[in-house]
Amino acid sequence: MSTTSVPTTTTPPVAPPVTAAAKAKKRLTSPAASITALIIAILWTLPTFGLGITSIRPEADIKSSGWWTFFTNPTISMKNYETVLAAQGQSALGPYIINTFVIVIPSVIIPLVLATLAAYIFAWVKFPGRDILFIAVFALQIVPLQVTLLPLLKLYVDVGIAGKFAAVWLSHATFALPLAIFLLHNFMKEIPAGLLEAARVDGAGHVSIFTRVLLPLLTPALAAFGIFQFLWVWNDLLVALTFAGNESAPMTLALANLSGTRGTAWHLLSAGAFVSIVIPVVVFLSLQRYFVRGLLAGGLKG
Amino acid sequence: MFLALVVFAAIIGVILFIASRFGGKRGDYMVAFLFLLPVVFMLGVGLLYPGIKTIINSFFDAPGTSFIGFDNYQKIFTSGDEIVVLRNTVIWVIITPFVATGVGLLYAILVDKARIEALAKAFIFLPMAISFVGASIIWRFVYEYRPDQPGVKQIGILNQILVWLGLEPRNWLVESPLNTLLLVIVMIWIQAGFAMTVLSAAIKAIPDDVIEAARLDGVTSFGMFRFVTLPSIRPAVVVVLTTIGIGTLKVFDIVRTMTGGNFDTNVVANEFYSQSFRADNQGLGAALAVLLFILVIPIVVYNVRQLRASEAR
Repeated sequence: MSTTSVPTTTTPPVAPPVTAAAKAKKRLTSPAASITALIIAILWTLPTFGLGITSIRPEADIKSSGWWTFFTNPTISMKNYETVLAAQGQSALGPYIINTFVIVIPSVIIPLVLATLAAYIFAWVKFPGRDILFIAVFALQIVPLQVTLLPLLKLYVDVGIAGKFAAVWLSHATFALPLAIFLLHNFMKEIPAGLLEAARVDGAGHVSIFTRVLLPLLTPALAAFGIFQFLWVWNDLLVALTFAGNESAPMTLALANLSGTRGTAWHLLSAGAFVSIVIPVVVFLSLQRYFVRGLLAGGLKG
Repeated sequence: MFLALVVFAAIIGVILFIASRFGGKRGDYMVAFLFLLPVVFMLGVGLLYPGIKTIINSFFDAPGTSFIGFDNYQKIFTSGDEIVVLRNTVIWVIITPFVATGVGLLYAILVDKARIEALAKAFIFLPMAISFVGASIIWRFVYEYRPDQPGVKQIGILNQILVWLGLEPRNWLVESPLNTLLLVIVMIWIQAGFAMTVLSAAIKAIPDDVIEAARLDGVTSFGMFRFVTLPSIRPAVVVVLTTIGIGTLKVFDIVRTMTGGNFDTNVVANEFYSQSFRADNQGLGAALAVLLFILVIPIVVYNVRQLRASEAR
């Protein structure tokens, strides 16, 4: 039952040595291939680019002409960003940006720590019923979030945390656990048993083996899951919509509402969308190696 | 947040402290119990219990008071509105995985071993980091429509292209069934990068001697793709198709942000949300959630089977 063993090692993007054969192939197929690739690249970039240009144009210009006219008549205005980044105001996203951070940080740390503990047990400590429990946890990965939302919301109302940050943290943490445990378990299994045995002979108990021997070796796996979960939570709308209240709403929720109520306020929507995009894109680009690993393992989540 | 993190750290500290007091075989059990306790509790209360509750609710009426058997499910498959929802979901789930995988594979092959491969790939997979909400706003702007009157200029690029070509601009997101396809494009735009990344890694993992041998046999470019590349990366293609398929089944953010499910663009995941939280029809909402769950299962089973088959080889 291993979903991680996809035959895809994530090679870092280093240019491989060009053989004579590859060169020959290239000369034959190059022009058509390059043009096709270029067309796809433009199609994939242009929409974002258009909105990006729009976000730095004055409101009046945005309403009266398309973003492509910017190049013949460049007028730059940062007013849209000032409006959406403000701490107060009808269209200010400032408080929601802070909420997003408040939601994301515990929602990444809590499942990461709990899953590491559980993965250690599943990988290295024997007890009756362990394998059945592990398969049960694995199977929970495929449960769609939708199935849990309404009963869980009622539960939160009963406990009195509905609409508070705690409800959002707990939900994200719970939903992340099956994948996190599965992923970290697979990484832990790859650590040579001799290493743990040696530590045990030296008199180390479970806790010191866990903290001193395993944790340092697990850094790449923790990073992979951490980034995956970070992007997941940052970009989430469904959990926020269901469990967050007015005080705890993240940016995605504020943007979705802005888009619904002021669907033609493109000066606000464009700047707001760009603010929400910047951080995940930076994180993604700088840590994509780890992310791809997490993505490969976590395809079934949600 | 800081308080919550301190409390959490304290709980973990207590667990580790107690666990470090024990040794031997009984200690193993104690440590296992302590380390698994929070996880089992959270999964039980946060996933298992609500999941079962929803399945039960799906057999009850709107307020959840009286048992009505399979009526909710019957409604999904017979009522006119729900049929449109099902039709759209089918369109999403069939088109998105294949087109996204196709584009991703094509691009991965085209830029393979190119000098600027890393940069070229960045263009395609950047959308993966963008939220569905952000992507929806980006694309709504592409489809933006202004009434075709003198003095009014189009601000959406798609309609402007029509104008440049001498055609009339159209209100894209209102015209059914075309609008569903336009929403599907957004999902394809997001997922193609995932397909490209995974498939590109798979292509690079094909041993050089296999390619060299085929080349010495005089295989054409297309033959190389058909008889060498494709069979070698088949397991990766299956994983990509199924993963995107499952993701597409559950996506509701795009529909909600772009059309709100109006103009015949609704899908199961969005209809679930509307019924559960807007229309207060608990039973129907639960049935739609269960339907999503049921639809995911065959895809996962197929995926696991394919993986096992490829591991056995």
